[in-house]
Amino acid sequence: MNQILEWIALHQEMIYVVVLMIFVGIEVIGRVPSVLHTPLMSGANAIHGVVIIGAIIVMGKAEQDNVPALVLGFLAVVLGTLNVVGGFVVTDRMLEMFKKKK
Amino acid sequence: MELNILALCYLLGSISFISGLKMLSNPATARKGNLLAAVGMGIAIFGTIFLYEENGAKLGNYAWIFGGLVIGTVVGFLMAKRVKMTAMPEMVSLFNGMGGACAALISIIEFRHLVHVDPVVYASGGYEFYSSLDGTKLLIILLGLIIGAVSFSGSMIAWGKLNGKVKDFSFKGQHIANLVIFGLNVLLAAFIIVARPEETPLFFYVIIFLSILYGVFFVLPIGGADMPVVISLLNSFTGVAAACGGFLYDNKVMLTGGILVGAAGTLLTVLMCKAMNRSLKNVLIGSFGGGNASGQPGVAMTGAYKEISLSDAAVVMGYANKVMIVPGYGLAVAQAQHVCHELEKTLESRGVEVKYAIHPVAGRMPGHMNVLLAEADVSYEKLLEMEVANEEFKSADVVLILGANDVVNPAAKTDPASPIYGMPILEVEDAKHVIVNKRSMKPGYAGIENQLFFQPKTSMLFGDAKKALQDLLAEIRNIG
Repeated sequence: MNQILEWIALHQEMIYVVVLMIFVGIEVIGRVPSVLHTPLMSGANAIHGVVIIGAIIVMGKAEQDNVPALVLGFLAVVLGTLNVVGGFVVTDRMLEMFKKKK
Repeated sequence: MELNILALCYLLGSISFISGLKMLSNPATARKGNLLAAVGMGIAIFGTIFLYEENGAKLGNYAWIFGGLVIGTVVGFLMAKRVKMTAMPEMVSLFNGMGGACAALISIIEFRHLVHVDPVVYASGGYEFYSSLDGTKLLIILLGLIIGAVSFSGSMIAWGKLNGKVKDFSFKGQHIANLVIFGLNVLLAAFIIVARPEETPLFFYVIIFLSILYGVFFVLPIGGADMPVVISLLNSFTGVAAACGGFLYDNKVMLTGGILVGAAGTLLTVLMCKAMNRSLKNVLIGSFGGGNASGQPGVAMTGAYKEISLSDAAVVMGYANKVMIVPGYGLAVAQAQHVCHELEKTLESRGVEVKYAIHPVAGRMPGHMNVLLAEADVSYEKLLEMEVANEEFKSADVVLILGANDVVNPAAKTDPASPIYGMPILEVEDAKHVIVNKRSMKPGYAGIENQLFFQPKTSMLFGDAKKALQDLLAEIRNIG
């Protein structure tokens, strides 16, 4: 019990962010019209590409002689970039079609 | 100083994600919202590359980092630019899988780092070394690994299924097998964290394997109308996996971005499940479209259907007061959205009222039809959501169904044995006349027959949607 409390106290900042973000995430898309479901999903898909930052950090920290880490890290950077760039471009292409109403 | 600037970069990134997502949920601001989020992402990425430091040390391996960024950018850009509108859903699924794989790879590298960091300590302490590992860190690495890997393999299967490369596959007791794999995975992970056995690295790699296997089995049996739900769910999985990375590096922008997508994606998934009157649990164990024999179509429908000639169809529609169009995947495949809009304009110039009835899961993704018709400049006001459309059918003279099948199948209301039983459908039978355009009598994506086609008020117009609409358009113009 004490351990759990300690863990919560130690990570409270993170826990606050998580809890608040859950509410923000739900609030933000709560009133989305169904027309925008696909672009919204696609946009959210691009945003979780933020995982690329983790890949960059891992890659940047890898020791020069640690070949597996270099290769895996490189792969992670490529895949993460695909997620980010592809995600945003696809979303933009979808939204391009939502021109002004006639 | 530089670290403080980085903190500011991350703050800007987080704000751009939140307001970007907010703007994405309004048609007027959506495109700007996407751009804003992209700019925020750019700031966060370049801030990390140039300003990040750990214990006073900057990041190295710039050649590798930029190499990866350039390759990813070029390939991702070209793929996204070249993909056809019809293939958009599987593209999203593919990119989602890339994100999941990225999260899993990060976990693998961090785990190797954790375990192999100091061979001397490892050699002297033997397996007791594992018990000195930080439990929280281990937990987060494992979480990121499992969620990322499931999201990766699941998205790949979803991608393969949507472009027709992977077929539905299920065997008896599959959901039990799924639960066993999942349970085993959780047990192994818990065992590593609590007991720290000698075989920790071995177990870690077993977990990778099991997670990938679970993702495959999880998506394989799911077919038809459930696909959008699965992609949305996997999307939110990847969000959570990204957030694990945020925990790992105490990185706020990863945490906010990941959790934001995780929460929004989960809500979207639940909304979709509700629209189809199915519980998330059912989707998760993969009971849809097979697994048990009762889900398969028992008796083949043998009744008689009647065909309608182009000129008859043209007359019926040309002299109607109100025509409602129900678009489906067939319209997307045939790229018939522009012809469809032409038909709409021609009919309206004859004084016919034309509206579109959009089922929430028509096509392969929610909103798929809306995007497609928007591309052809069909105005928003003409696109009716299901509830409104079901009211309007009652006063419609003709309903023209373009390559939609399961979303108008009355079995969803009448046949409790049908796999789509309980899913709300477009009640096209309320109209006076129903014309169905299909390429053949083959059943739809869910693999079940449609009684609608055999009803007296229904007539079939076979052929590719684009070709059929072009011919129909010519005929309508002919009657003057």
